[in-house]
Amino acid sequence: MSLLSTHGLTAFYGDAQALFGIDFELGAGELVAIIGANGAGKSTFMKSVTGLVRAAREQVRFDGQPIGGLPPGEIVKRGIALVPEGRRLFPSLSVEENLLMGGFAGRPGPWNLQRLFKLFPILEQKRALPGTSLSGGQQQMVAIGRALMSNPTLLLCDELSLGLAPIVIKEIYDAMPAICAEGMTVVIVEQDVSTAMRVAQRIYCFQEGRVSLQGASDQLTRDEISAAYFGV
Amino acid sequence: MGNVQVIRSNPASRPALAAAALLVLIAATLPFWAPEGSGSSWMRDFVEIACYFIFAMMWNLLAGYGGMVSIGQQAFFGFGGYLMLVLANFGGVNPFLAVPLGAIAAAAIAVPVSYIAFRLQGGYFAIGTWVIAEVFRLSFANLSAVGGGSGTSLTALRGIDKATRENTTYWLALACVVAAIALVYLFLRSKRGLALLAIRDNETAAESQGIDVRSMKLAVYVVAAFGAGLAGALYFLGNLRISPDAAFSVNWTAFAIFMVVIGGIGRIEGPIVGALIFFLLNKLFADYGTWYLLGLGLLAIVVTIFFKQGLWGWAQSRWGWSLFPTQRTLKP
Amino acid sequence: MFETALQVLLQGLLLGGLYCLFALGQSLMFGVMRLTNTAQGDFIVLGAFAAIAGLSALGALGLPDALLPWLAGLLLLPLAFGFGYALQRWVLNGTLGKDPLPSLVVTFGLAIVIQNLLLELFSADPRSIETAGLNTRSLALPSGFAVGVLPLLILGLAVAATAALQWLFNRTQLGRAFRAVSDDKEIAELMGLNSNRVYALATAIAFVLIALAGVLQGMRTTVSPSDGPLLLLFAFEAVIIGGMGSFWGTLLGAMLLGVTQQIGFRIDPGWGIWVGHIVFLLVLVLRPQGLFPKTRG
Repeated sequence: MSLLSTHGLTAFYGDAQALFGIDFELGAGELVAIIGANGAGKSTFMKSVTGLVRAAREQVRFDGQPIGGLPPGEIVKRGIALVPEGRRLFPSLSVEENLLMGGFAGRPGPWNLQRLFKLFPILEQKRALPGTSLSGGQQQMVAIGRALMSNPTLLLCDELSLGLAPIVIKEIYDAMPAICAEGMTVVIVEQDVSTAMRVAQRIYCFQEGRVSLQGASDQLTRDEISAAYFGV
Repeated sequence: MGNVQVIRSNPASRPALAAAALLVLIAATLPFWAPEGSGSSWMRDFVEIACYFIFAMMWNLLAGYGGMVSIGQQAFFGFGGYLMLVLANFGGVNPFLAVPLGAIAAAAIAVPVSYIAFRLQGGYFAIGTWVIAEVFRLSFANLSAVGGGSGTSLTALRGIDKATRENTTYWLALACVVAAIALVYLFLRSKRGLALLAIRDNETAAESQGIDVRSMKLAVYVVAAFGAGLAGALYFLGNLRISPDAAFSVNWTAFAIFMVVIGGIGRIEGPIVGALIFFLLNKLFADYGTWYLLGLGLLAIVVTIFFKQGLWGWAQSRWGWSLFPTQRTLKP
Repeated sequence: MFETALQVLLQGLLLGGLYCLFALGQSLMFGVMRLTNTAQGDFIVLGAFAAIAGLSALGALGLPDALLPWLAGLLLLPLAFGFGYALQRWVLNGTLGKDPLPSLVVTFGLAIVIQNLLLELFSADPRSIETAGLNTRSLALPSGFAVGVLPLLILGLAVAATAALQWLFNRTQLGRAFRAVSDDKEIAELMGLNSNRVYALATAIAFVLIALAGVLQGMRTTVSPSDGPLLLLFAFEAVIIGGMGSFWGTLLGAMLLGVTQQIGFRIDPGWGIWVGHIVFLLVLVLRPQGLFPKTRG
């Protein structure tokens, strides 16, 4: 049974339509990547799943329940957490306080401050500093940690590699196995195709608000992906 | 896409404009055919409502179009009034001429005031302007030359007979109303007006298009001050007496806010509709004193929460009414 | 000469304590939800009159006179909490957004409603809260100085309130929630926060401070229904002079305002408040971020 599925998911920003009927399937424990050019609708998809953009009730199902249209607070209580695009740490809060905010919903689970500090040791050093005074890569770690603190069963990562140097990107994705160790289901949105191919088991390619390609990452060819990515 | 026309008027506006012109003409002849006693009081009523209306219209320009919500426009209202009185009493200027001069003085002082006021934004800008108005009030209250805290009278009009004075004040008020509406309407229809709307919608985007936001805001602020000063000078011309508490009372802004919010902010018809409603409510309920004011406050709250576009704006969205079209539609 | 200066300074600092209490609620509401409460002063006056009304009700209980005002004040606080919560939840939350106008108009409307309601219920006569002589008692200090007991108490409460508020913001989960929701409402909601409830709690706390300020103002001096606007301006000036984003800054700003007003009063009774306004405008021109700012953007 799939953990997350969408059926004909549509999304609008005012009168402008951004998603034109996305069908998406995700099983528990999988790591799936969504790739696509800018404006393809990847972030909109994430926002629709997490309630930041309104979706129709039946269009999104999580763990067998329809969750479309629920407010973000409800969705996080059910076990979906988002690492938002651009990190969006709280500038008035320290690193530790940002992490603690992640646990606001109070879901029980294995993730806590100690465990996060083991995963990203640098954060323990900088715990009292304002979140936004850290480097891009470190801020990304805080953002991931913040999402993990809500003990989700599904983790959504929106453009983790944005604005980061390759070596930092690698460092962050090296933490993935530890995150997935207890059966965490992960969806990553990535513009960096090679990282997506390396890390994920399955790929969805979005193009202008539609799914243009999907398949196992070890079976898709470069040409297929290029065609789907650019809509050629 | 072939040649595209830009249309500015809509079907309802032409006949409405003609009707308005006719109305103004009829109103101008009022002193000649109105009955003795009530004609006099109608004219006084009109002058008073004209002042409320002009002040509200200018507040609407500042807040609805300029995006600057001020609770301190009474500073310019009172300043215009006092300068008119000073020019007439001490400068030997014809009081009727002193009215537009008072307005110009208000516009002039708005420039240094803006230097201070523009340091703040949003809600704090609003209260900051109130503080500035209070400084004006306290300053004038301590000037013995103009009667200090208890104020003084407009002695320059003493020589003129009552009928002439009332008629001329009335005509001046009529002229000011027409001028104020025309000024705002033409300003908003111009390229400047379009720039103003662009700033209102998104300041950073407007700036990136090459619009000098700062000087546009200053321009609006000065125009609004001119209008407020005009209303003030006219009011105290009609009132014959001025005092700091009356001149710089925050109630002026309260009434303006009421009129504009009820009528619909950011629309030219808004203050007109609001002023008419306000005038009616005044006539009917002003005798109830505190309960009347309480009712006005409640009404403003209810309209703001439930009729975000004001009553006229609601009518506009529901039935497409528009008397003063400033929007341009593309006709292919 | 030096003694007069010191006396003026002392009076100013003590007055600042009261102004701080006027301002804390405003600072809190603006800090958490960018809402400018133009009825702040009128709510303070409402608080004072509520206490006065409560006093006459409690008077029937036959308790010692000196205790009554404090009891009335104490009972008022939870009522104010509930009132503030309800007001925010069901009236003010609907006015929040990018446009400052709706919240301004609604709070302005509330100010007018309160002023006229109080006028109807209590008439325009100034009233005060009897404190069985506490407002005339003074404490003797070295070198022949004396300070009023009540003003000193007010300053103490102001300092305590400021410290409590700062502690709340820095050390509690609610404080974190306040800061988070004011930073980024969308992401805060993503963490499970209910912004409507958080805003309502902020206003509830602000109203406790407002009620406290009202009661103390009524004890210290007289109150009348039209006093509101002036108190609002004092609160606002204290916040701006001190700098936004810091409660200790508000306290210091309030004290500075108090001192400048006292200096003005000494020069000429008609110029006291005017001097305060001018200093405020000077700070605005010379150092618009305030003297002790701590805000981020």
